[in-house]
Amino acid sequence: MKECVGMLLAGGEGKRLGALTNRIAKPAVPFGGMYRIIDFTLSNCSNSNIQTLGVLTQYSPLELNRHIGNGKPWDMDRRNGGVTVLSPYTAKTGGEWYSGTADAIYQNIHFIDQYNPEYVLVISGDHIYQMDYRKLLNQHKQSNADATISVIEVPWEDASRFGILNTTENMRIYEFEEKPDQPQSNLASMGIYIFTWETLKAYLMKDARLTTSSHDFGKDIIPAMLEEERRLYAYRFEGYWKDVGTVQSYWEANMDLLDEGWGRSALINRNWKISTNDSNFPPQFIGESAEVHHSMINSGCFVKGKIDSSILFKDVEVKTGSTIEQSILHPGVTVGSNSVLRRVIVMENTEIPEGTNISAGDDGEPVVINQDILDGMLAMTGGEQR
Amino acid sequence: MKTLMGLINLEHEHHVFNELTYFRNNASIPFAGRYRLIDFALSNMVNSDIHEVAIFARSKYRSLLDHLGTGENWDLDRRNGGLYILPPDWNDPTDVSKGDLQFFHNNRDYFDRGKSEYVLISGSQFIANTDYKEAFKLHLDRGADVTLISTSVDELKEEHTPYYRIQADDLGWVQNITNERRNPTLFTGTYIINKSLLRELVDYCIAYNFDNFFVHGIKDKLSNLKVQIYRHKGYSAFINSIESYYRHNMNLLDEENYRNLFFKPTFIRTKISNNPPVKHHNQSMVKRSILANGCLVDGDVEGSVLFRGVKVNEGATIKNSIIMQRCEIDEDVYLENVILDKDVHVTKGQQIIGSKDKPYVVAKRQEI
Repeated sequence: MKECVGMLLAGGEGKRLGALTNRIAKPAVPFGGMYRIIDFTLSNCSNSNIQTLGVLTQYSPLELNRHIGNGKPWDMDRRNGGVTVLSPYTAKTGGEWYSGTADAIYQNIHFIDQYNPEYVLVISGDHIYQMDYRKLLNQHKQSNADATISVIEVPWEDASRFGILNTTENMRIYEFEEKPDQPQSNLASMGIYIFTWETLKAYLMKDARLTTSSHDFGKDIIPAMLEEERRLYAYRFEGYWKDVGTVQSYWEANMDLLDEGWGRSALINRNWKISTNDSNFPPQFIGESAEVHHSMINSGCFVKGKIDSSILFKDVEVKTGSTIEQSILHPGVTVGSNSVLRRVIVMENTEIPEGTNISAGDDGEPVVINQDILDGMLAMTGGEQR
Repeated sequence: MKTLMGLINLEHEHHVFNELTYFRNNASIPFAGRYRLIDFALSNMVNSDIHEVAIFARSKYRSLLDHLGTGENWDLDRRNGGLYILPPDWNDPTDVSKGDLQFFHNNRDYFDRGKSEYVLISGSQFIANTDYKEAFKLHLDRGADVTLISTSVDELKEEHTPYYRIQADDLGWVQNITNERRNPTLFTGTYIINKSLLRELVDYCIAYNFDNFFVHGIKDKLSNLKVQIYRHKGYSAFINSIESYYRHNMNLLDEENYRNLFFKPTFIRTKISNNPPVKHHNQSMVKRSILANGCLVDGDVEGSVLFRGVKVNEGATIKNSIIMQRCEIDEDVYLENVILDKDVHVTKGQQIIGSKDKPYVVAKRQEI
């Protein structure tokens, strides 16, 4: 028996990330020079002593499955519990794709029941934050709640972009509003829930029978629980939290790592390590002609150009005379000499020829390129770009 | 299918590392930012499809054990075969063996149980990125008893002095193993031997009270054995002194050397540490250097090798130096031709300057 089992939703496609999720699920998108987005939640789990975890995958899971492996980097390679990847499956009585977040959990009730837990933690794999789920669980137990939802204060002017929870003074939730025009509160749901398993299970079974339901936690399960006046509480989280849902926010979250404040200590905090499935590349090589400022550079890189406010993943080469600014270069990218990249996200293994110049406008979203997009760009301009 | 099993024999290695080996054996000396010397021998074995490797380690092996762990970083955490670290714990009252024969005698089980009929034996001081598949093929094709891996050096240096030289005929049969200083064909300490012969020679050496398996069992018995030479080509180095250690680290700051040693399909593996990427802050000025992950740089670094987790504060300058894991260099420090072992803290404003031929070495865990 386990006190609390974690269920990590990692099946999302992340349409708004454009080309970044062409071939991989959003949680598997490379992040922060060495990590993938999901590493933050996986590390939160292992640091919070959640040792039994189901990871629900659906969209393009190959990279994600390989990345998680047997869970070793997060100390989740365990005989009893550990990490289990839960993909959609077929069975005697049908079986089908996960049709919503709640449905994904519903279809894996038998997985959770194996451990006979008292509580279930439901989180998603596409947020960047460092959080001790034990504190959330403690509050849940103390308030004797059916569900506890983690919230963060957002600026009032942004509140209408979030799922907002209206609470009484003692944080009991009486209303949930998805993207309200006239928000009554600025406490946004972070998509992190703790449920008392017995209660959640009953609601999941009920919801599964409703043909009108979209089988979603925010849209269906939470409203149904509120309707029946279940004990729902908000847990106030203070700290850095970012939903990397769009290219702009993905880029911002990466740049945040370079800044003072959260970025200064996030990755070097010995008490809250962010672990990943690390590679074995040799140390980075910084050449005679290199100039590097305000940047993060991973192993296996050869840097001979100017790098400013940028993030270089493993095995990247930037040749002489090139300038990289405010850009993110994924693993295996090479940049030929005398090229300029400004606010560009370059995807894995793209080869940028000598003399290429790509800059995003100052106000627009950063440009995302991969080999196909780049070849198209260069063909269209007939090499003008060079 | 004929296969090899591996043995890394750390007995009888030549070394004068002073401060660097106060608390560790030479196989676990840190090298090139994140490796230890043994990584090369071990990776080359794994890259030669060897799935079981034994290590004879007599002393100061705490850091070696810590580094190797279960062998998972070399894919040696296996149900069948894997890694066998064999320290000197033996209790045979009839044992009369000496030198490395003690290891061979007391670990006969390793050779008896292994399914491979051939053994690849090496030390830890020959640094190269290669595999021995071709050498093994040659060994089988020629029907040799023993195949010695050699390398040719362009310029003979101090560090080459202790190594044997090989004379071979046109067909590659070894005629002589000598100390002839001017012969540039050096024995790398790596060789392939038929397992049945190894057993026989171990018995012979013990019977005659010898204490060095290679010297007495192979070199002195050369005329009775069919010994081939296999010439290794490509980047390589012998590291057996502070001076050669320093110089070979510095040689890697030449991009071509660095690529030749590390960027090949056969990868050199080491313990994975999960340190974050290097953070270059606003004031950093890094040139011609190699930096391992986990470093935080806000000063000037030139011509240097920084290991994992080194912190260089604003206004500090590091030139032509090797700074090992987790050292912290405070503001306005000046270091030139210096080797700092792990966890050294250099406080504000200090200046340490060594010479190129005799770099200044600071032992582990000191505050200066």
